[in-house]
Amino acid sequence: MTDKALEISSVSKDRGKVRVLDDVTLTVQPGERVALLGHNGAGKSTLIKSVLGLTPIHGGAIRVAGAKPGSGKARTATAYLPEAVSFHPALTGREQLTLFARLSGEKADVPGLLARVGLGEAMDRRIGAYSKGMRQRLGLAQVLLGHPKVALLDEPTSGLDPISRQDLYAIIDELAAQGTAVLIASHALTEVEARTDRIAIMRKGVLVADDTLEGLSARAGLKTKLRIRATQNADAVAAEIGGTRINGASVEILCGPDQKMAELRRITQLGEAVADVEITPPRLEDLYRHYAQEAGQ
Amino acid sequence: MMRFLAIASSEMRILRRNRWLFTATLIMVLFALALTFAGSAPTGSLGVDMLTVSVASMTTLSVYLAPLLALMISFDAIAGDADRGSLALLLSYPAGRGEVLLGKFAAHLAALGFAMLIGFGTAGAVAAWYGGAGPESLMALARLIATSILLGGVFLTLGYLMSALSKTATAAAGMSAGLWLVFVVLFDLGLLGAVVMDEGGVFTRQVFPWVMVANPADAFRVWNVAASEGVALTSGMAGAANALPDWAAPVSLLLWPFIGFAAARLVFRRIEP
Repeated sequence: MTDKALEISSVSKDRGKVRVLDDVTLTVQPGERVALLGHNGAGKSTLIKSVLGLTPIHGGAIRVAGAKPGSGKARTATAYLPEAVSFHPALTGREQLTLFARLSGEKADVPGLLARVGLGEAMDRRIGAYSKGMRQRLGLAQVLLGHPKVALLDEPTSGLDPISRQDLYAIIDELAAQGTAVLIASHALTEVEARTDRIAIMRKGVLVADDTLEGLSARAGLKTKLRIRATQNADAVAAEIGGTRINGASVEILCGPDQKMAELRRITQLGEAVADVEITPPRLEDLYRHYAQEAGQ
Repeated sequence: MMRFLAIASSEMRILRRNRWLFTATLIMVLFALALTFAGSAPTGSLGVDMLTVSVASMTTLSVYLAPLLALMISFDAIAGDADRGSLALLLSYPAGRGEVLLGKFAAHLAALGFAMLIGFGTAGAVAAWYGGAGPESLMALARLIATSILLGGVFLTLGYLMSALSKTATAAAGMSAGLWLVFVVLFDLGLLGAVVMDEGGVFTRQVFPWVMVANPADAFRVWNVAASEGVALTSGMAGAANALPDWAAPVSLLLWPFIGFAAARLVFRRIEP
């Protein structure tokens, strides 16, 4: 057994004259949850389809559990949730999942899996009567079939209400706990922030970042924002500690993560003059903007 | 094998659930019965039993209906899944594309066979009951049912080809309608025009029968007509059929499903969902 469940090395792909994937290298370890972020058309879905062997690549190599994409072994080891998936409206949820179970060759507890994703009561209703969220849950149920080594989820939270999203991430955690390497392509930055081990960002077919959230913030050098509310005279506070006065009562300071404590000590020395301090570390949204738009600057 | 059966049984369930099987069988029964009763008049004057006349009428019916029913199921086979976004998912499973297509084909052919058997069988039974039947006319009925299923099979595979070629199910439906029109109507009209222009020349005597039998719908007609003297007599198609060797029509009709399936498989393989 290899220690890398999914290995993408220097993969390139051209579509006509456009290079849709350009020298992309990304690995996912068993049990690791990696978020793949990027604008629409950045190449996320194309990368996932390359991993599935559904679309050919023109350079580099991909290994899924040590096998070639699209080979029988790779397909058996992979689970996939397409973006905004739907199924034949005439079948019931139970029938559809039974079909997938038989296709994957697994002996599966179909009603149990459907209950796990919250479709226990709806499993004998036709998919035509399902809501978008329910179809997405059915899609998720088939990801849980067998014990996939790699799970590729393309926008798994689209169409889900907030409660269902919590359930979804609980299921993703379960997958990771049983040793599945999970790659999640997503737009929902705030959820991804708390629920993944590593973040990869794509821009126009190029992988521009691949690191933990902390690593990304450090590398981007984004400033932490300190907002100080003065008790009486904001001008005096601004004159004392520097920074810019942003309204009648508050002063704002931007500092690197390593200077944060020093700044805080300086602020507390002002004593009674300071009423409140609010600290805002750089969020994934800021980081995403930083990395995804770097070239434009 | 397991996966092939999984696809086939799921497709069969869909056909039963969306009433296609019921509707198609009903259409076949109604049309076949109507033709049997409407076409029973010339029995006495030709000296053949009623079942023979009935088979001749139903042969003409099947040329139009078998391809139509087949295309109605098959146009959605690939494009429908692509539309719903489930094609990529289906193909990410270990089943090969040929296996997927063959599974669908098996289910669709079985459904078509059921509709043909019940439709023509009922009409045949009614005709035999009222107007008598002999070993030869029973043979003609069996041949009609078997060749109708074969003809349906040809158009199933051609429907998959259209489905694989088009991006959406709507486009696939349109292309299938066009295909039906070309094979079943326009092809014959074109040939007829050519024969009229040729005024009994080399084309009419040497080339025309072969071009005609290359079309599966015409091969079906020729096969049924040529094999039964009675049917040929009542349908008035003996002339063209006699110009060809006996094996020409069966070979054409038996070859077409393989050609169609291979073409559909080839295009399907190149699809990037």
